[in-house]
Amino acid sequence: MSAVQEVTERVHVPLVQPRLPRQAPAIMGVVAVAFGALLMVLGMGMISAVLLGALVYLLALPLWSMAVEGRRAATDRMMTGLIWAAFGIAVVPLVSLIWRVVSKGVGRIDGTFLSYSFFKTDINAPVGVYHAIIGTLLITLGAAIISVPVGVMAAVYLVEYGKGNKLAKAITFLVDVMTGIPSIVAGLFAFALFTLIFGPAYVSGIGGSVALSLLMIPIVVRATEEMLMLVPDDLREASYALGTPKWKTIVRIVLPTALGGILTGVTLAISRVIGETAPLLLIAGATDRTNMNLFDGAMTTLPVLIYGQNLRGDAPAEAIAWGAAFILIVIVMVLNLAARIIGKIFAPKK
Amino acid sequence: MNLKSIRRAAVPGVAALALLMSACGASNETSSSDNNGDSGTSLSGNLKGGGATSQEKAQEAWKTKFQGMNSGLTIDYSLLGSTDGRSQFTSGALSFAGSDSYISDDELKKANERCNGDIVEVPAYISSIAIAFNVKGVDKLQLDAATIAKIFDGKITKWNDKAIADQNSGVTLPDLKISPVHRADDSGTTKNFTDYLNKVAPSDWKYPAADAFPVSGGLSAEGTSGVVKQITDTNGTIGYADASQTGDLKAVSVKVGDAYVAPSPEGAAKTVAVSPVVSGREATDIAVDVDRTTAEAGAYPVILLSYLIGCKTYTDKAEAANVKGYFEFIVSDAGQAESSSFAGSAKLAPETAKKAQDIVAQISAK
Amino acid sequence: MQGRTDVTARTAEAEDAPASWASVRGGVGDRIFSGAALLAGLTILAALAGVFIFLALKGATGFTKAADVYGPHASSFLGYVGPLLVGTFTASAIALVIAVPLAFGIALVISHYAPRWIAAPVAYVIDLLAAVPSVVYGLWGAFYLAQKLVPMHVWLHEHLGPIPLIGKLFGEPSPAGRTLLTAGIVLAIMILPIITAITREVFSRTPRLHQEAALALGATRWEMIRMTVFPYSRSGMVSAVMLGLGRALGETMAVTMVLSVGFNISWNIIATASPTSIAANIALKYKERSADLLNVLVATGLVLFLMTFLVNFIARWIVGRSERRMAR
Repeated sequence: MSAVQEVTERVHVPLVQPRLPRQAPAIMGVVAVAFGALLMVLGMGMISAVLLGALVYLLALPLWSMAVEGRRAATDRMMTGLIWAAFGIAVVPLVSLIWRVVSKGVGRIDGTFLSYSFFKTDINAPVGVYHAIIGTLLITLGAAIISVPVGVMAAVYLVEYGKGNKLAKAITFLVDVMTGIPSIVAGLFAFALFTLIFGPAYVSGIGGSVALSLLMIPIVVRATEEMLMLVPDDLREASYALGTPKWKTIVRIVLPTALGGILTGVTLAISRVIGETAPLLLIAGATDRTNMNLFDGAMTTLPVLIYGQNLRGDAPAEAIAWGAAFILIVIVMVLNLAARIIGKIFAPKK
Repeated sequence: MNLKSIRRAAVPGVAALALLMSACGASNETSSSDNNGDSGTSLSGNLKGGGATSQEKAQEAWKTKFQGMNSGLTIDYSLLGSTDGRSQFTSGALSFAGSDSYISDDELKKANERCNGDIVEVPAYISSIAIAFNVKGVDKLQLDAATIAKIFDGKITKWNDKAIADQNSGVTLPDLKISPVHRADDSGTTKNFTDYLNKVAPSDWKYPAADAFPVSGGLSAEGTSGVVKQITDTNGTIGYADASQTGDLKAVSVKVGDAYVAPSPEGAAKTVAVSPVVSGREATDIAVDVDRTTAEAGAYPVILLSYLIGCKTYTDKAEAANVKGYFEFIVSDAGQAESSSFAGSAKLAPETAKKAQDIVAQISAK
Repeated sequence: MQGRTDVTARTAEAEDAPASWASVRGGVGDRIFSGAALLAGLTILAALAGVFIFLALKGATGFTKAADVYGPHASSFLGYVGPLLVGTFTASAIALVIAVPLAFGIALVISHYAPRWIAAPVAYVIDLLAAVPSVVYGLWGAFYLAQKLVPMHVWLHEHLGPIPLIGKLFGEPSPAGRTLLTAGIVLAIMILPIITAITREVFSRTPRLHQEAALALGATRWEMIRMTVFPYSRSGMVSAVMLGLGRALGETMAVTMVLSVGFNISWNIIATASPTSIAANIALKYKERSADLLNVLVATGLVLFLMTFLVNFIARWIVGRSERRMAR
C-alpha cells in the first residue's frame, strides 16, 4: 500500500527516470571478480576472496543504483543480488554432495554389484547389493500399496464429501501434523506395534512398509487433494445432470481427470521415503540373503546397507556404500522422470 | 487394515517385480557349486544367531567359510548387541548368542529354563583394545593405567604433562591440548576399557565398568570406525578401539608389571590364558574373569573377550547339529585361523581352545 | 501443497452447488463409496492415535525406571531427556536460521528470477536432493565438511567470542569441527530441498493478474514480490518452514554421525561435545540396548512425537490467524 502512495507522490516528477545502463550488473560483476582476484594475488585464501568479492558486488551495485536511480530501484537491485547470492550459497553444497556421490559411486557399479547379494561361501568372493535393491523396492512397494488407497480415498473424502465439516477439518489438521512426524518415531511406532503383537524378536519387511506408509500418507493426501480441487466443477455438474450417481462421477470423471497429478504426487512421496534409514533399521533389520517375502524375516534395504557399510569403515565397505547411494539416487531419478512422463500423458487436454 | 487383502494385493506386484528382475534370488545364491571343496559335513537349514557387534567381522569370516563347507546351510548373525542377543537367546528366538560379557547369574536361570538344562558358554573371539593416538612427531608412547585414566577423565590436558613425560624419556612431547576420543554409542569395547581402568587404577578412575562412556566432554564418534577416523583426522587425539581396525595409527604401550607392552594378539591370548575361570559354574560354561592386573610378562590386559552361548541339549535335531557343527568349527584351529586372518583377532591359547572344543562336542539333541 | 486459503474458499463455493446434488441419487453404491472415503479419513485419525497409543504402551515404564538405567549421566527421566531436548532444539534452530532465507532465495530464483532453461533443471536437481539418503549427508558432514569448518570455528571463537552475550555461543572451539554448529549446517542443507520444493510451488501459484497489476502500477520486481507473492503465499511459507522444522527435529542419521556427543548443557555451539538430539540418541543407543533402556528410548520417542504435534499445532494457529487477518 505504501508503494502505491509513493507512486502517486512521484507522479509530478519527470515520467522517465534515469536508469543504469543495461550492462550495469555485468560491469559490477567484472569489477567484483577483479577485486576478488586482486585479493587472491595479495595472498588471501580463495574462500575469503570469493566472499569479499561477492560482498563488493552486493554493496556497490545498490550504491551506484541509489545514486542514479533512487532508493526503490536500489532496494530492488540489492534484493536481486541477495536472492541470487542465497541461491549460489545453497547450490554449492548441494551440487558438491551430488558430485561426490556420483564420482565415488559410479566406479563401483558393475554386473556383479547389481546381481549378487552379500551371501558368500568364500571370504574373497565378490559381493553385490542385489538383496538390498530388492528389499528397498519391495518395502517401498508395500508402503505404496498401503498408503495410496488410504491417501487417495482420504483426499476424496476431504474434497468431495467432507466439505469443511468438523471431521474434515480435524483430518486436515492431523494430516499436517503427520507430515511433521519424525521418521524415527514412525519406526518406533512400527517397532512397538509389531513387537507387542508378535513378540520381541520380530523383524520383517512389512513392518518397514507400515512405518514408511505413515510418512507417505500425508504427502499423498496433500497432492491428491490439490489435484481434486483443480478438477472443474462443470465436469461434476455435467455428470450429475446426466443422472450419474456421485460415486460413479468420482470414479469415472473426477479421479481420471486428476490421475496424472495424483501419480506425480505418489511418485514424489515414494522418492521422499525411499532413502529413509532410521525406521528400517529399527524394524526391518538386515540380512545377507535376498528375501522376497515381506512378511517373514529381515530385509536389507539400500539405506540400511549404506549405514552398516559405513560403520565397518574399511575401504571396500566404503566403496560399496557409495555405490549403493548412487544406485538409490538413480532409482529416485528414474521414478521422478517416470512421474513427469506419466503426468504429461494423463494431463487433462486443454 | 486387513493383512490378507494387502497380501492379496501384493502378490501381483511382487510377481511383476520378480519378472522384471528375471530372477528370484541373487546370482550368487542360486547354485551351491562354487564352494571351495572340503565339504566333510553337509548341514542344512537356517541357523539363527545374534548379539555382540564386536564379533561382526569374525562372524562374517566364520559363517562364510562354514557356509562354503555346508552348501545347504544359511547362518544369520544379527547385530543386536550383547544384552539383546542374550535375552533373545533365552526367549528362544535365537539358537545361539554372541556376547561381550558372560551370562549373569539371573540370566543363567532363565537360560537353563530355555535349554531344559545346562548351557554352553565358550570364549570365541579375543581381541586387543588398542589405545591409539595421533600426535604429530610422536611415534611411541608408554603410559601406565593411572595416566591413561587421568587423560580420559580430563585431568591431564596437555601432551607435555609431567606424568606423560616422566614415562617417555627421549620423546619430545608438544605443548598441545589432548583430545580424548570415546565411543558415542554403547559398546562392549567401552565396557572392557573402563573395566581395565577401574580395576588397575581405581583411585584415578572411579566409574564402574559400563557400556556407556561415563565422562562427558571429550570427542565422541559412532562405532569403532568412527573413533578410528576421528583419531586419524585430528592432531592431538587419543582413543580406544579394537586393535584390528586401527590401521596405521600408533598405539600406546601399556604398563604391565614393570614393563610396557604393546597390543598384540599373542599378548591378548596370554591374558585370557592366565585369567581365572568364574567358580560355581557348570562344566560346560567357561566364564572368564579377565585378570586386568596381571603382571605376567608379555600379557596385554586391555582386551575384549567375547563368548558364544548356546544350549547343551536342543529339542530339535537339526538345530542341535547346526549349532554343534558351527561352534565346533569356530573354536577349532581352522576357525580361529580364519577369524584371525580376516578380523585380526587373537587365536585362543591352545589349552583354552582344547577345553572349548571338548565342551562344544557335548552339544546334542534330546 | 497449497495454502489452506484455497481449501476453505473452494469448499465454501462447493457448498452452494453440488452439496444438494449429493443426496439426490446414488443409493447403495454411493453409500459404500462414501463410506470407504470416510473410512480412509478415519484411518488417518486411527494411525495417529495408534502412534500415540503404541508408543505410550511400550514407553510407559520408561518414565520411571531405576536410576541406573538412565546412567551414567542422569538419574531420572527428566535428567535424561533434558539435555536431549536442548540438543534437539538448538540444532534445529541453527538449521532453520540458515536454511529458511536460503530456501526462500532458491525458490524465488526458480519461480521468478531465473529464465526457464535454468529454473527447470535446478528444480529437478533439488527434487532429487530430497531423496538423497540422510546417511549420505551424514558421511559428507562428518568426514568432509566438519574438517573444512575447523578454521571457521577458530575464527568465530576469536572474533565473536569476546562480544558479550553473543560471545557465549562461541566459547572454546572443538578441534575436530564436529559440533552443534556443523550439525545445524548439515541439517540446514538437508531441509533446504523440502522447504524449497514447497515454497517454490506456492510462489509460482501467485495469480498472474496480481503480479502484473503490481508491475503495471510501476512496482519494481522486489516490490511486486513483497506486495503480491509473499502475502499470497504466507500460509504456504509457514507450513513449509514447519515441515522443515519437523524434519530437522526428527532427523536421525546425520546428527548421529556428525555430532560429538556430551551431556553438559552449555551455550557454546562450537564446543567439543554437546548434547545430541532425541532421534540421534535413539539410533546411537538402539544397537546395544537392554530391555529397560529400550523402554526409555521409546519414551523419549513419545516426547519427540508430542513435541512435533505441538509445533504443528502452533504453526496451524499462526497460519489461521494470518488468514483471518487477510480475510478482513
